[in-house]
Amino acid sequence: MKKEIKLMKGNEAIAEAAVRAGCDGYFGYPITPQTEVIETLMELRPWETTGMVVVQSESETASINMVYGAAACGHKAMTTSSSPGISLMGEGLSYIAGAELPCVVVNVQRGGPGLGTIQPSQADYFQATKAGGHGDFNMLVLAPNSVQEMYDFVGLGFELAFKYLNPVMILSDGVIGQMMEKVVVGDAVPRLTDEEIVEKYGDWALTGKKNRKRNVVTSLELEPLRQEKVNHKLQAKYQRMREEEVRYETIQCEDADYVMVAYGASARMSAKVVEMAREDGYKVGLLRPITLFPFPTEVLREMRDRVKGFLSVEMSAGQMKEDIQLAVGCDAVVENYGRYGGVVHTPGEIYEGLKEKLISKFE
Amino acid sequence: MAEVEKIKENLVYAKNRLLTNEVMHYCPGCSHGTIHKLIAEVIDEMGMEDKAVGISPVGCGVLAYNYIDCDWAESAHGRACAVATGIKRMAPDKMVFTYQGDGDLAAIGTGETIHACNRGENITIIYINNAIYGMTGGQMSPTTLVGQRTATTPQGRDVNLHGYPFKISEMAAMLDGTCYVTRQAVNSPANVRKAKKALRKAFEKPMKGQGLALIEFVSTCNSGWKMSPVAANQWMEENMFPEYPLGDLKERE
Amino acid sequence: MAKIKGTIEIDRERCKGCDVCVVACPFKVLALAPEVNGKGYNYSYMVNPDACTGCASCALVCPDSCITVYRKMAE
Repeated sequence: MKKEIKLMKGNEAIAEAAVRAGCDGYFGYPITPQTEVIETLMELRPWETTGMVVVQSESETASINMVYGAAACGHKAMTTSSSPGISLMGEGLSYIAGAELPCVVVNVQRGGPGLGTIQPSQADYFQATKAGGHGDFNMLVLAPNSVQEMYDFVGLGFELAFKYLNPVMILSDGVIGQMMEKVVVGDAVPRLTDEEIVEKYGDWALTGKKNRKRNVVTSLELEPLRQEKVNHKLQAKYQRMREEEVRYETIQCEDADYVMVAYGASARMSAKVVEMAREDGYKVGLLRPITLFPFPTEVLREMRDRVKGFLSVEMSAGQMKEDIQLAVGCDAVVENYGRYGGVVHTPGEIYEGLKEKLISKFE
Repeated sequence: MAEVEKIKENLVYAKNRLLTNEVMHYCPGCSHGTIHKLIAEVIDEMGMEDKAVGISPVGCGVLAYNYIDCDWAESAHGRACAVATGIKRMAPDKMVFTYQGDGDLAAIGTGETIHACNRGENITIIYINNAIYGMTGGQMSPTTLVGQRTATTPQGRDVNLHGYPFKISEMAAMLDGTCYVTRQAVNSPANVRKAKKALRKAFEKPMKGQGLALIEFVSTCNSGWKMSPVAANQWMEENMFPEYPLGDLKERE
Repeated sequence: MAKIKGTIEIDRERCKGCDVCVVACPFKVLALAPEVNGKGYNYSYMVNPDACTGCASCALVCPDSCITVYRKMAE
């Protein structure tokens, strides 16, 4: 069969992918730079084709709690937002993780803190990977670096969300959200019926108490010993993610003296820097984490003895750098380069940063 | 005179089968139990136990899912109407209702509540207004009466500091998305009977696609008010009813 | 003349002794027992059973659904 190729913005790809992935409900609130997601969905009118519901809510707080309700029905539910909106969702994300519900949440990051700017940023790394809300929980975090991956990760996100009954975050940024690229569009997956949901994912969802005991979706457990057990179960799940779900890409790392580590838009630019540095005779490679949680710790650890140093390239003050340092140990050289607060670094700037912060130490 | 035999033929009232056997954690005399009972009875009489999905709040009602035998989701504080929206939009055939107190619904959840009303979500809001935060130990809520003493208004609610009792039902009645707004109480047998009829209507109308129904129960919190249950009922009649008068505020097809 | 006669059964262990049923009864059938149940509550009981008409007022207001009501026409 001939592949369907479309030219799309990253945000439009999210919307298109949601409909094609058999998403049942999208709940969103406008915020720059991701508003095209809900605009595209309203344009596509999927309720007339697949039956997918699209609701413009009154706030991000409401969006994520609508997602909670929809996910509690066993349905594929998602929301999208940008940094300040994701902060408002922290509460809901914690409840979703605590109640073990599947959902996909997209963060098209912008500059912060506070209202910050509407320009691209990668400063929500800590929030996405470590502190999405209160309590001991983790989201599985996917970091797309192309419009194609924006598209692909929606379907993958739902697959993983249902596999682990856990929220999956697609941590994107304003560059990837706003840029246009061609996308190979996949075949549409049909939405599931209540019966198919029960058969595929088990009988936990709120499908109506018929021929079974009542189902209760809750994150409450008053007895601390039992709540500790709930936490043990969650931790075991996160450990399984660490063992089974690490995804990454390497570019010319085999012989590299210096390895840049970058995700999303920064990874695209860093790939260019690898070429620039190689032309100048520096053995530079790039590790691109595709999952930020779980983080590709093992591959970094395995590199540390043959690499002189690492450079974390991120549009933030150096958040991912901490995970790199944790992976390779505090005696290894790990530096950080990045413009932030809404400023997007150029490959040239990154290359200068690489030379100044890392290569100059050794050559 | 002959004894009345305790047999099925003579039975006129018994605990509804949709009320579980779990002993409710509520304080003696708490209105929650009576309202739970009405919910169970109405769901049962409508034959909707397979379709009913409740959303419990944060507050004393959080464990409502232990007592009424249907599917439930427990919601974040104040977010029940957003959760209900998500459920109802996914499953329009379900009879979706929230169960929320005045702290949950009228303080932290005002936004979600008003917007669900305004969108005309086909859900039922069961709103328990006892003018106090019961579970956290009796603090002032938005609906606390002027002059009422609570843990955070030890000298009584002062309008200069705290503003005025919040009239959620009056607000909801103004919005085009609501089809039925009513205020009831369960302090006497007559009021329990009236409340049950109103509750049935509040469940039925959204299921006909007419919009959102809100039923407010003016209730007691005898522990929070620091009164006996009987004295609390009397205090409610004398002080709450003038501020929150019983009866229908709005009904439309 | 036919007269309506009633009786009730109170789930003594479920009862929390809140007194609401005692006040609701139009015929003063009920009272709180001087003894307590397993939870330490002075449970409700029929102090004046002959006056019961099975009107179910007590059961309607009981928050804990402890009361089952029976009635029949007595000759």
